[in-house]
Amino acid sequence: MAESHRLYVKGKHVSYQRSKSVTKPKCSLIKIEGVTNKDDAKFYLGKKIAYVYRAPKAVRGTKIRCIWGKVTRVHGNSGIVRAHFKHNLPPKTFGASVRIMLYPSNI
Amino acid sequence: MASKIYALETARPKSTRKAVRPHKLRASLVPGTVLIILAGRFSGKRVVYLKNLEDSTLLVTGPFKVNGVPLRRVNSRFVIATKTKIDVSSLDLSRFDVPYFAREKKSKKSHKSEKDFFNEAGEKKEIKAERVNDQKIVDKSLIVEIKKTPMLKQYLASSFSLKHGDKPHAMVF
Repeated sequence: MAESHRLYVKGKHVSYQRSKSVTKPKCSLIKIEGVTNKDDAKFYLGKKIAYVYRAPKAVRGTKIRCIWGKVTRVHGNSGIVRAHFKHNLPPKTFGASVRIMLYPSNI
Repeated sequence: MASKIYALETARPKSTRKAVRPHKLRASLVPGTVLIILAGRFSGKRVVYLKNLEDSTLLVTGPFKVNGVPLRRVNSRFVIATKTKIDVSSLDLSRFDVPYFAREKKSKKSHKSEKDFFNEAGEKKEIKAERVNDQKIVDKSLIVEIKKTPMLKQYLASSFSLKHGDKPHAMVF
């Protein structure tokens, strides 16, 4: 098997920040793999997030597109984080995986 | 009255009070540290940090002979500093500065003919003999230092990546 070249952590777009009936699509909630508490989640603050997807039409020679964002803060105690994207993620991405990059690094 | 005030203001030349200084690097970045590059063409590679330059970038090398990363500048935010350190005090790095890495300016006039345009795809950018030579000199003395520690050469040759279930937040680099 080919060696892995992954340099990002996998995450899931869970939901928008919301109350009972109001959603706030400006702020997405991301569940990062392997993160189960607030302190672990703090490592990822400020890190870039990429939502990579395929579209039917090629732009600049590729059908793969990307929406960039960044981790803004921790959400609650379970290790979920809030993130802002350059363009709000569409609601159909609930459950889709996103890439949490390791940069900007402060190690 | 008003004109007097304005006259005073215009007489005094505005001076910029902000000086451009290279920014302060985090404590983990000390020359000789082995770094992991996080983005770009050499992402995942382990490289040796040689010194920081005036434009707040880090001068690194693979060394080229070990893992193919040449002498190049990297942004400190796209790098993980590891605990591994190599003694680089013996290297002469004074000639490497910002202008050394400046991109060559293309002559604006060169208007391509159709023939050139199609040929270009096949042509490869040539690397300057000077650069090749500098790389060899740095590599030579650096590899001497690397060989002092067993397995360090193999460590630098291997690349970093995340496997299933890896947690970077819990890792000690």
